Amino acid sequence: MIRALIAAAILLGVAQAAFAVEPSEMLANPALEARAEAIGKQLRCLVCQNESIEDSGADLAHDLRVLIRERLKAGDSDAQAIKYVTDRYGDFVLLKPPVEPATYLLWFSPFVILAVGAAGAWFYLRRRPTPPDEPLDLNQRRQLERLLIDDQ
Amino acid sequence: MSWRRAAYLLPLIAFAALAIYLSHGLAPGYNPELLPSALIDKPAPAFDLVGLKGEARLSNRAFADEIVFVNFFASWCVPCREESPVLMDLARRNVIVLYGIDYKDKPEDAEKFLQQYGDPYRRIGVDDSGRTAINFGVYGVPETYAIDRTGHIRWRHVGPLTADVVKKEIMPLLQELGAS
Amino acid sequence: MIIELGHFALILALAVALLQAGLTFTGAARNDLNLMAAGRLAAMAQFALIALAFATLVHAYFVSDFSVANVAENSSSAKPLLYKLTSVWGNHEGSMVLWVLILALYGAAIAWFGDAMPPRLCARVLGVKALIAIGFLLFILLTSNPFLRLSPAPEEGMGLNPILQDPGLAFHPPFLYLGYVGFSVAFAFAIAALIDGRVDAAWARWVRPWTLASWCCLTLGIAMGSWWAYYTLGWGGWWFWDPVENASLMPWLAGTALLHSAIVVERRDTLKSWTILLAILTFSLSLVGTFLVRSGVLTSVHAFALDPRRGVFILVLLCIAIGGSLALYAWRAPALEPGGVFAPISREGALLLNNLILASCCATVFIGTLYPLFLDAVGGPKLSVGYPFFDRTFVPLMIPLLLAVGIGPLLAWKRGDVLGALQRLWAAFAAVIAAILIAYYLSHGGPVLSVLGIGLAAWMGAAAVVELADRLRLFRAPWSEVVRRALAQPRASYGMTLAHFGLAVTVAGIAASGFEQQSIALLHLGQTLPVAGYTLRFDGIGKHDGVNYTADRGDFTLLDGTRVVAQLEPERRFFPLQQQTVSKTAIHTNFFADFYLALGDPDNKGGWAVRAYWKPLVPFIWIGGVIMAFGGGVSLSDRRWRVGVAVRRAAKSALPANRSRA
Repeated sequence: MIRALIAAAILLGVAQAAFAVEPSEMLANPALEARAEAIGKQLRCLVCQNESIEDSGADLAHDLRVLIRERLKAGDSDAQAIKYVTDRYGDFVLLKPPVEPATYLLWFSPFVILAVGAAGAWFYLRRRPTPPDEPLDLNQRRQLERLLIDDQ
Repeated sequence: MSWRRAAYLLPLIAFAALAIYLSHGLAPGYNPELLPSALIDKPAPAFDLVGLKGEARLSNRAFADEIVFVNFFASWCVPCREESPVLMDLARRNVIVLYGIDYKDKPEDAEKFLQQYGDPYRRIGVDDSGRTAINFGVYGVPETYAIDRTGHIRWRHVGPLTADVVKKEIMPLLQELGAS
Repeated sequence: MIIELGHFALILALAVALLQAGLTFTGAARNDLNLMAAGRLAAMAQFALIALAFATLVHAYFVSDFSVANVAENSSSAKPLLYKLTSVWGNHEGSMVLWVLILALYGAAIAWFGDAMPPRLCARVLGVKALIAIGFLLFILLTSNPFLRLSPAPEEGMGLNPILQDPGLAFHPPFLYLGYVGFSVAFAFAIAALIDGRVDAAWARWVRPWTLASWCCLTLGIAMGSWWAYYTLGWGGWWFWDPVENASLMPWLAGTALLHSAIVVERRDTLKSWTILLAILTFSLSLVGTFLVRSGVLTSVHAFALDPRRGVFILVLLCIAIGGSLALYAWRAPALEPGGVFAPISREGALLLNNLILASCCATVFIGTLYPLFLDAVGGPKLSVGYPFFDRTFVPLMIPLLLAVGIGPLLAWKRGDVLGALQRLWAAFAAVIAAILIAYYLSHGGPVLSVLGIGLAAWMGAAAVVELADRLRLFRAPWSEVVRRALAQPRASYGMTLAHFGLAVTVAGIAASGFEQQSIALLHLGQTLPVAGYTLRFDGIGKHDGVNYTADRGDFTLLDGTRVVAQLEPERRFFPLQQQTVSKTAIHTNFFADFYLALGDPDNKGGWAVRAYWKPLVPFIWIGGVIMAFGGGVSLSDRRWRVGVAVRRAAKSALPANRSRA
C-alpha cells in the first residue's frame, strides 16, 4: 500500500503541482471545451497512477490535453480524436476497456457471477421442502410477529 | 464423489488458477505498465526537427535504406545516464546507426549532458514541444525505436538499454532485419 | 544497541509463535487445559515482544538514528515529530512490523478475553494466529528487515515523501491494518470450526465481535484514505478504482457480507458452510491485497524492475495460508450439519441476497483489478481497466442491494411478508418523493442519475428510521411504552439502524457529486471569480515556509454577495530535499457542502491559475462512513456478547413452542 502510494506520489510530484487543466489550455468555445473534457476523462495518463489526462498534472497529460483540443478545433469528431491517440498509444490508453472478444469475460462476468450465485442460492433454498405449517389465524400471526420483534 | 462434494473444491481450484496468474506477474520480464508499441510494423511517423548545437536538421527522410535506431532522451532523465555507457559502446563499435531526439529539454542542458556522458548519436533532433514523441507513442524517457530499411517501426524498448537487452534483443533484431 | 534489542525481540517473537502453535494445537488435540493455558500466555508474550521491537524502531525514528538503514531511507531530522512517528509505518519494512504487531495484538486480546470461550476453540484460534504470525515474521526477518544497520551512517536521512507528511494519511495505515489484519481472527475461527467439525450459534456469537471491530476500523481506514485523496490531490476526486484502493475495498465488501451472514448462523443456525467460506475469503482477500501492493505486480515506474523476492515470498505464504485453508474447507465443510430452512422471502432471504450481491460486487472488483494481468498471462492484448468499467458494473449491482437494505430489517425470520413491510414503509416512500422533488428543484434540473441517487439515499435513511419507529411502536403506543421499548432494545439493533443510516448518508454524498460546479481561471491580484453563486476574490500571494518546505500561499476571500463567508489560503509547497512540489488545497466546509480551492501554476506575469469547486453534500461521504463505524461500535458494546451463550440458552427455554427452530 505505502510503496504504491509513494510511487504514485513520486510520479505526481515530478509532474509539477497535482493540478490539471490550466486556464491557458482551455478552449474559448465552451461546447468544444466540454467535449475535450469528456474525451480527456476517458484517456489514461500513462505516467500516473490511475488518473485520466484531465485529472493529472503530468507533463504528458498536459501535452495530450492540448493535442485533443487541437484535434477538436481542427474539426475531428470525438471518435476521430480518440482514434488519433489510440493509433499512437494503443487501446491501453483507454480507461474503459473496449468491449471486444478479449474483454467479453471482463464485461460479462459480474452479471454471470450474479446469475450463477443466484442459481446456487435458489438450489440451496429448494433443497428441502418447507415443512408445512398449520395456518395461523390473523390474531395468532400478529402475536407471533410481536414476539419475534420483541426478541431482537 | 458426488456433485455436492465436488462443489466444495471449487474455491480451491479457483485459488490455484489465481496463484498461477499471480506468479506470472512476478516473472522477471513482467511489468504491468510496460506498453507494447502501437506502431510496430507501421510506418515511422514523419518528423523534421531542428538540430542540436546548430547542426543540420534531423528528419526521417535521412533514414534512407538503413536500419536506424532512434533514442529519445533528456538531460533531466536519470535512467538516461544509466544507459549512456551502453549507447557509447554501441556507437564506438559501430554496431548500429543511432540518432537521438532530445525530448522537452533546454539545448544548453542537453549539450552539458552530452559533454558529461558522451555523445553516441550520429545526429540529434530537438523535440521541444514533445509532439514528435507523441507521434511515436513515447510516454517517458528513455525510449528506443528500431526502424527498418522500408521505414517501418519494428521494435521499441521502454526504459534504459542494458547490455542484456543489446545481446538478447538488438543483435537478433539486426540479424533478422538483415544488417549490412 | 537499542535497535539490536528490537531485532532480537522480533526473532524471539518468532520462536514464541512457534511455541504457541505447538502448545495450542497439541493442547486442543489432547484436551489438555494446561497446554492450552500456556498457549494463551505465549500469545500474550508474543505481543509483548513484538511491541518491544516496534518501540525500538519508533525510538530510532524519534532520535533520528541514521545508522539504522530504514530510518536513513525514510526520515530526516528536520521533520515534525508527528511525521517521524508516522514514517515508521510510511515504508514497506516498518509497515510490516506494524502488521505483525496488530496481528499479535488481536491474538493477545483473544488470549486475555478467552476465559468465556470454550478452551479448545480458543486454543485452535490462537494456533492459527500463531501460524500466520510465523509466516509474516519470517517474511520480515528474511526479506524486509527494518532493524539492519547502515555503515557508515549518513549525516542526514532521505526524508519522508512530502505527500505522506499529512495528518490524514498519517493514521490511515494503522486503521487499515486494524481492519485487514483483524479479519485474521474470523479466519482463525473458521479454521478452528472446520477442525472441530462444528459450526453453531455459539461460534457465530464468538466471531461477531472480532469481525465487527475489524470492520469498523477498516471502514474508518478507507474513509480516511478517501478523504485524504480528496483534499490532497487537487481536483477533489475521492475514489479512483485504483488497484491499491480496490485491495482495501474487497476485504471490506467481504467483511460486510460476513457480518450479515454470521447473523443468520447465530439466529437460524443455517448458511454455515457459506459463512465459513466467507470468513476464509475475507482474510484471504486481505492477504491477496497485501501481495498486490507490495510485490510490484500492479505498480509501475519508468525504470528498472523491483525486487521480486518479496513478491515470491508472499505468494508462497498465500499458497500455504489460502490454499491450505481452502483445502481444509473442501475436506471438512461437507460434513457440517445443515441447518434450518427458510422461505426465500424472509429476513434470512434478505441476508442471503445481501451476501449474493456483496459477493458479486467483490468478485467484480477483483476481476477488474486483475484482468490486465490475466490477459497478459494468456497472451492477450495489453489493456487497462479504469473507472468506467467499475462504474458500469459495480454501481448497477449495488443498487438492488441498497433498495433491499430498506426492506430487509422489516421482514420476519423464516417467512416474511413483503407487502406488509412495504405498507409499513409508506413514510419512506413519501420521503423518496420529497427528496427527489427537492433535489430536482435545488439543482435546477440536474443530472437524472444524481437526483435518483438522492431518492435512493432518502429511501434507505427513511426506511432505517421507520424500522426503528415501528419497533418502538412510535405513534401507536403510549409514550411510556415507547420509552420502555427504547430502553429495552439491545444495542445491536441501534447499531444496525445507525449503520444503515450511515450508509444512506454516504450514498447521498456520492449521488450528489453530479451536482458539483467548477470554475477555472487565471487570476491576477484583486480579480474575482464567480463560483456557484458565490464570488471568490484573489487578495494576495506571499511566501510562507514550513519546517522542511518553502511555499507560495494565496489569500482568497469567499463572498456571498457582500458577506464574507470564509478566508481561504491554498498553498503550493516545494520540498527541497525531495525536489517535489505538492499542492495544499483550501477547503471551506459547512458539513453540507464543500467549497474547494486549489492554487495552480503562476504564469510569471502576475497571474495564478486557480481552480474552484462547489461540491454539495460531499462531506456526507465521510460523515456516513463515520456513522457506519459508530454504529458498528454501538453494536460491539452490546452486553449480550460479553455475557455469552449460556444466558441466551436460558432465555430461549422460556419462549413459546412455536418460536423454536425447526
